[in-house]
Amino acid sequence: MQLVLEKRAERSNTIALVSPLIAIGLTIVTMTILFAILGKNPLLALHAYFIAPLTDGYSLQEIAVKATPLVMIAIGLSLCYLANAWNIGAEGQFLIGAVAGSWIAVKTQGTDAGVWVLPAMFVLAAAAGALYALIPAICKVKFGASEILTSLMLVYVADLFLDYLVRGPWRDPHGFNFPTTAEFDPVATVPLLIEGGRLHLGSIIALLVVAGAAILLGRTIKGFEIRVVGAAPRAARFGGFNANQLIILTFAVSGALAGLAGIIEVAGPVGHLQPGISPGYGFTAIIVAFLGRLNPLGILIAGLFLALTFIGGEQAQIAMKIPLDVTKVFQGILLFYVLACDSLILYRFKLVFPNRQVASGTH
Amino acid sequence: MELIEAIVLAVLAASTPLLLAATGELVTERSGVLNLGVEGMMIVGAACGFGGAWLTGSIFIGALFGIVAGTLMSLVFALMALGLAVNQVATGLALTILGVGLSGLIGAGFVGERITPAMHLYIPGLTDIPLIGRVLFGEDAFVYFSLALIVGVWLFLYRTRAGLILRACGDNHVSAHALGYPVLRIRTFAVMFGGACAGLAGAYLPLAYTPFFIPGMTAGRGWIALALVVFSSWRPGRLVIGAYLFGAVTILQLHAQGWGVGIPSQFMSALPYLATVIVLVLLSRARTGGSTAPAALGTVFVPDR
Repeated sequence: MQLVLEKRAERSNTIALVSPLIAIGLTIVTMTILFAILGKNPLLALHAYFIAPLTDGYSLQEIAVKATPLVMIAIGLSLCYLANAWNIGAEGQFLIGAVAGSWIAVKTQGTDAGVWVLPAMFVLAAAAGALYALIPAICKVKFGASEILTSLMLVYVADLFLDYLVRGPWRDPHGFNFPTTAEFDPVATVPLLIEGGRLHLGSIIALLVVAGAAILLGRTIKGFEIRVVGAAPRAARFGGFNANQLIILTFAVSGALAGLAGIIEVAGPVGHLQPGISPGYGFTAIIVAFLGRLNPLGILIAGLFLALTFIGGEQAQIAMKIPLDVTKVFQGILLFYVLACDSLILYRFKLVFPNRQVASGTH
Repeated sequence: MELIEAIVLAVLAASTPLLLAATGELVTERSGVLNLGVEGMMIVGAACGFGGAWLTGSIFIGALFGIVAGTLMSLVFALMALGLAVNQVATGLALTILGVGLSGLIGAGFVGERITPAMHLYIPGLTDIPLIGRVLFGEDAFVYFSLALIVGVWLFLYRTRAGLILRACGDNHVSAHALGYPVLRIRTFAVMFGGACAGLAGAYLPLAYTPFFIPGMTAGRGWIALALVVFSSWRPGRLVIGAYLFGAVTILQLHAQGWGVGIPSQFMSALPYLATVIVLVLLSRARTGGSTAPAALGTVFVPDR
């Protein structure tokens, strides 16, 4: 008796709908076991992770703040993945966007520059992110170099570049030698939506990005091309769609969104440029993109859910001394289950009873 | 002279984890499977390897822990990518994300602890030969093992029937299946070998390279190993050259920082990563006449029954 995989005659829409929920359920079961192994009360730990952050207004705002970069980056990545272009260097594009935007903030510091500063920072950050993402895209299209490896290598380069700037030329002279720029001026800071709260303009921008992606994918020819090139490359060639052009386009858009997310994070919740501005947003966004089924609305929900695990992880660390790495393990396991459950959309399990006569006779 | 000897020794030490991890991935990819989770398997191998050595005081047992940990991680990958026919790129990424988290959890207990690093060979007379003595006869066991391993892999791939079948699975899984070879089982073994090598490569870092464990100590070496396999055109001989070249770049930038060349240290540290990008571009460009990659690399295979 053997369990084998068999292709379904057509994709199962029921499973397509419930598979993210099954994946989350399986992850929570696995986490319960992990908490027990770590010697923590699983029920209390799950409460700290998933329920406690939803019960007070401050944490709710904080979830939206954390979801903002995740959703923006994941929307861009989903375009790449739909077109079968593997941008996994969003973390680097995020950092380069943060650096480029901060340049204006640092240079206008203390001057009476006007309200143009923040929009200019946004534009420059998006442009820099797009250009940085174009490096692997062009290497792929022109020379055939694996975009997976080149985009990832550039994450390390961006990280070191940011490190150099805040320890060298951009270091705050009054910063007690900490590697950070000075606090940005008010005109270079993302405005808050609620006075004294945490929620900022960036969350609105993220919602606009979600809406824009939904329109692009659902209502435009370009969106159709992106989906066809990824799903049926041969059909796309016959249709005259230019796959290389779409790789360039999707990389540029996802780089721009990651760069914009970077400057929003720096000029918003953080308030200055420093190393460690991202707890791996660029990588977590990959999980968000898949959990959201590469669908804009799905990504919005998935982004909020993963933001919840960041906040829940922090609270669980404070309240129950659960290591922060548990959050990363949680995210990794979740991605595994999401991918495994997605496999059941196209395939189903079948029990096979090997029968010698049939095996040798009819095949 | 002593400086040159010191540099060569350092290059060999820096190259060994790259060579080990890339050797495993080369076999995996030759069977047609792209496992992007090398970084994740390495970092878990590093944490478990250090844990094993720290608990038992034995470098050998530490290395075994690393191998077992890497193999277990690769089995998760095999279950997903081969058993459930999930996209290999996505699964590999998931493995790396999981590995980084797991290694932090496992390693949390012994960050800051130290062990006695792996002993170096000493043969009286031979090791004392000036200039070449220590380079040839004064390495740790990992260095010799990594070289023996790549020779073994070369013999296996090109001089045995099993190696031929493995390569057949990587080039055309439909034909291999039609000939009656168990493609998925062969690929599972290839993935496990890759995991074992990555685990050992990771364990090398805290057992021989630095005598302590720090989270994230693999610092992208798993990804560089993946690039090395591309660099080698999936050939063991070129893999050795590539691994030592990259080791040399790593060590030279470290020395250049020490000499105070006047270039900010971060730019020097970025060199190995930039070199990887440049090498990938140059090689892919030179290879316009058709790819040397295994033809079925990274594609999903579900046997029809």
